[in-house]
Amino acid sequence: MNPARYHREMAQRYRMEAGKCKKCGHVYFPPRLICRECQGREFETIVLSERGKLLSFTVIHTPASQFKDISPYALGILETKEGAKLTAQIVDMPADQIKTGMELQIEFRRVQTDGHEGVLAYGYKLVPVM
Amino acid sequence: MRDVAIIGVGLQKWGELWEKSFRNLFVEAALNALGETKVDKIDHMYIGCMSGGLFVGQEHIGSIMADYLGQRYLGATRVESACASGGAALRAGFIDVASGMSDIVLVGGVEKMTDVSGDGATYALATAADQEYEVYNGATFPGLYALMARAYMEKFGATRDQLSAVPVKNHDNGLLNPNAQYQMKISVNEVNNSVMVADPLRILDCSPITDGAAALILCPLEMAKKLSDKPAIKILGSAMATDTIALHDRRDFTSLDAVKVSSMAALKMAGKNVHDINVTEVHDCFSIAEIIVSESLGFFACGKGAEAAANGETRIDGKFPINPSGGLKSKGHPVGATGVAQAIEITYQLRGEAGKRQVKNAKVGMTQNMGGSGGSSVVHVMEVA
Repeated sequence: MNPARYHREMAQRYRMEAGKCKKCGHVYFPPRLICRECQGREFETIVLSERGKLLSFTVIHTPASQFKDISPYALGILETKEGAKLTAQIVDMPADQIKTGMELQIEFRRVQTDGHEGVLAYGYKLVPVM
Repeated sequence: MRDVAIIGVGLQKWGELWEKSFRNLFVEAALNALGETKVDKIDHMYIGCMSGGLFVGQEHIGSIMADYLGQRYLGATRVESACASGGAALRAGFIDVASGMSDIVLVGGVEKMTDVSGDGATYALATAADQEYEVYNGATFPGLYALMARAYMEKFGATRDQLSAVPVKNHDNGLLNPNAQYQMKISVNEVNNSVMVADPLRILDCSPITDGAAALILCPLEMAKKLSDKPAIKILGSAMATDTIALHDRRDFTSLDAVKVSSMAALKMAGKNVHDINVTEVHDCFSIAEIIVSESLGFFACGKGAEAAANGETRIDGKFPINPSGGLKSKGHPVGATGVAQAIEITYQLRGEAGKRQVKNAKVGMTQNMGGSGGSSVVHVMEVA
């Protein structure tokens, strides 16, 4: 992974920063330059809340090569109370206990490793609410 | 705007074609299409290809394909909209001829997918999703459609058997298509018990990795009789629509807005409604995709597509025949070629040349070609001129 490419997304992957449209209030994760809903161009940076509702999930058995060592793994779509939606792995719980509609917590975790000398790539995963 | 006709079509038998190169796959299909016509000069070529770069390390696809087709000094461009590249190429060719800029346009589609490993193909296909916000976190294409499948099954109470009815039907149709990659019958039980790929989708819910190409020749309708003895197929409507790149940003995971918008626009342009359509080829990259697309096109109400498939309503002799070719599932899915091959199947159907898989009295046909998890959709409506 190219370090510059990785660095560009750090505000989202490390701090869950989103953009809230100053005109219509729509929340974008990641932030954007123009609002899809109202074409507004001014945004306020907000931090997404740490919990959200699971909208759908799957368990992936044939992953891309960089995720082979953790396969099978669960992946879901979470909606935060700000209305932002994101795709992330669901960890620290057996797959048969995952249910659509459940509340999950967003946690900072290691997502990928790029060989022995490459970037350790971090980001967010979903875990049970403690 | 001029009326535009399809006057020649060509394919080859698709599959794992190790002995055939990227360029020769295309040339073979293009020569087959030209062979149905008396065309001696092509004005422009549009070639649908999702990822020559990642699959065979080749870009500049317009030029290499024109060169190996024995052409020089003509315009030739590659058109890309992920898995909807072929449909987008057809639309580009249609616009070129309709506008009066070109008279003879060759529309092609090609993908050479088996020179890379399974991992390589998974990686290349995943570039159609959001790299930083889906793929980075572990999403795969079967995974994205699995998220749609679970949402659909939980919302509408659709069953595993209903999902399986789609690949079973498409394999039954593919058995009747000599160009299909997988000409074998499968049962609901076999689909239900096949290897899990991304829960709830199993391997027999998924379209395969395929080498293949497809090509067709467009010209102004008024020139069609002079240039081909085949019945001219008039393109009545053409439309494309995008949606959010990431599945998680969609309004609803159980419908496909890009499909709705593109089909409504194409039907409006054609002056038809969905019940005028006698035969349809849709983008069944996964079983759930055909079900949701059949609803978003308007054949069935939301949540009723799975039941309709299980009741045989989309079979060749059903009320709304879908994918008589065998669809992506059985015919194969060489990504960039798929959209063009869909139009070729409709051409065969409207000409009455579809053999054992012929839909009776097919007068008006439709194609729906999808990019990614529904981030783009291209729809064409056509009829016998």
